[in-house]
Amino acid sequence: MLQNTQTAKDANPYLPSIGTIVEIIEETPNIKTFRVVLNSEGDMKNFTFHPGQVGQLSVFGTGESTFVINSPPTRMDYLQFSVMKAGEVTAMLHTLSVGDQIGVRAPLGNWFPYEELKGKDIVFIGGGIGMAPLRTLLLYMLDNRADYGKITLLYGARSPEDMAFKYELPDWLERDDMETTLTIDAEAPGWEHSVGLIPNVLQEMNPSSENCMAITCGPPIMIKFTLQALAKLGFKDDQILTTLEKRMKCGVGICGRCNIGTKYVCVDGPVFTYAQLKELPNEL
Amino acid sequence: MAVKFLAKDNLVPWLAELAETHRTIVPKREGEAVVFRPFAKEEAPELSARPTESPKSAIFPQCDTLMSFRYTKDEEDPGKVLLDLREMKDESPAVVVGCRSCDAAGFNTFDRVYMTDKITDQNYRARRENTLFVTIICEKPATTCFCNWVGGSPTDTSGADVRMTPLEDGWVLESITEKGEPLLSSTLLKDGDDRAGDAEKIRQQAKERMPEAPDLSEAPGKVLALFENNDFWEAESAKCISCGACTYLCPTCYCFNITDESSGMEGVRLRTWDNCMSHQFTMEASGHNPRPTKAHRLKNRVGHKFSYYPNIHDGNISCVGCGRCIKSCPVSVDIRSIVLHAIAAPAETEK
Ligand code: SF4
Ligand code: SF4
Ligand code: FES
Repeated sequence: MLQNTQTAKDANPYLPSIGTIVEIIEETPNIKTFRVVLNSEGDMKNFTFHPGQVGQLSVFGTGESTFVINSPPTRMDYLQFSVMKAGEVTAMLHTLSVGDQIGVRAPLGNWFPYEELKGKDIVFIGGGIGMAPLRTLLLYMLDNRADYGKITLLYGARSPEDMAFKYELPDWLERDDMETTLTIDAEAPGWEHSVGLIPNVLQEMNPSSENCMAITCGPPIMIKFTLQALAKLGFKDDQILTTLEKRMKCGVGICGRCNIGTKYVCVDGPVFTYAQLKELPNEL
Repeated sequence: MAVKFLAKDNLVPWLAELAETHRTIVPKREGEAVVFRPFAKEEAPELSARPTESPKSAIFPQCDTLMSFRYTKDEEDPGKVLLDLREMKDESPAVVVGCRSCDAAGFNTFDRVYMTDKITDQNYRARRENTLFVTIICEKPATTCFCNWVGGSPTDTSGADVRMTPLEDGWVLESITEKGEPLLSSTLLKDGDDRAGDAEKIRQQAKERMPEAPDLSEAPGKVLALFENNDFWEAESAKCISCGACTYLCPTCYCFNITDESSGMEGVRLRTWDNCMSHQFTMEASGHNPRPTKAHRLKNRVGHKFSYYPNIHDGNISCVGCGRCIKSCPVSVDIRSIVLHAIAAPAETEK
């Protein structure tokens, strides 16, 4: 376990802590959220991380996969991970029940620069499962509300049933210390919010780029057009943050799986500014 | 530093002595190939031919067990399943006798990644710290050898604990590190001071036989500058059949995969050599592949060794010039020419 109490020389970076699933939430037809508590009380108490850091979840016998810790460090009753069914490990995770044991290797990677963001307005733009990493930072900011300026959230999914975190949306919509816009791709019966693709809705919302940071995560095609929309709205490349939790294996910069040229997504990322991404060789 | 002389006839007895206290690994002939295997008295090691395989697996086995796991029923609550995890490490003392200087130096490439201030690969460290290297100098370079292009030499000691220099009637053995000294305490070894001069002469000749090396100081920048130049990489990789022989035999290729194997309620988590020349290497669960063609993959292999790695690790190139990838490639892809072509390529216009 990568706990701060152990030195780099003695810690085994591949050895997961064992945790127990304490709650499972069926978010959408293909996303489940797992709330996990580490079995060792000490590990759980000493667990520290920053919003944006990821973990590797293990189903022993099947393998490991990377997920952002999407509960904030300000709410440590459990660690929350949302899993979209996409491969062997995620399919296996979807079969688990409350009380089941899983391996947790966390925290890994870098994080959103939440200290430097103090005093700024924030625009969150999340698409589909890409809402998960944003949720961590959003909740962290809501828990430290006075430190940040105006908070705007645009969250989109294909259809109403594809929206994750449904149980939180009413609160987010109602709060007067943030502005929330929800959107789906096409009209659906009973839907009372925006309709349209994220980049288009974002243009209409027309957020000011002044003293503002845009933080976006979602499927590649959405990111591509969102970046264009942000540019039109006057956001500079270093005013845009995104996170790439992909192609990781060891998660600690050794196995050679995740490099983009000289950068390793698992240690230099997953969080990058768009300016940093542009500097990287084109190999996403 | 101790200098000893090992007479020809005493080689096997000396290895037998070492084998009493160490896993002793030596090059052996197996058909056409020379491979590293545990020493056995009946089989003489092959010290004159250059080994086909690198000794990489002595420290980084092709398949290594990282941990074992077991699910058990909770005695008090039979509805509950508990999980037991155990680390697996091999700390037994070992010695590799008769590898070449380039191969021993290959582990320095690993060290900079596997044992840093921030992170330690415990399985790697357990073997690395308990394995000694007795290298043998290369008297005559092969046409594929280019250790001197990348900071090595046929007599280099950067990865050695003891260095052997062959003479007509035996070998001169010098300890290079303190850890290597105990290997020379055997009574089968004679004092070697009077042969040290002969050995030095042989080493001098060996170095002189190496053809002159081109200057690769521009390689990291030049290779990176070609990143967006698909034509260059398509041309260089045109013949490649993605077989992976180059990565398999390379003493510095250190990428790995992690997989689980289980039967019933228990199993192991394994670390196995991976191969960046395969399209599977970067294939994502979504079906997206950031390195879809062999041109992308060869670019990454060459780029990693001659540009990305030196950029991160103080200019050290992560190729030791052993030439195996050139010699064993079924279609004769030559990493030397790729690097030289990159250096000679006209400066790229902005992407
Ligand atoms: S890249 Fe080729 S020449 Fe260089 S160390 Fe590896 S196998 Fe040897
Ligand atoms: S050995 Fe040759 S053909 Fe095989 S993957 Fe390497 S470069 Fe390609
Ligand atoms: S996941 Fe292994 S190096 Fe990044």
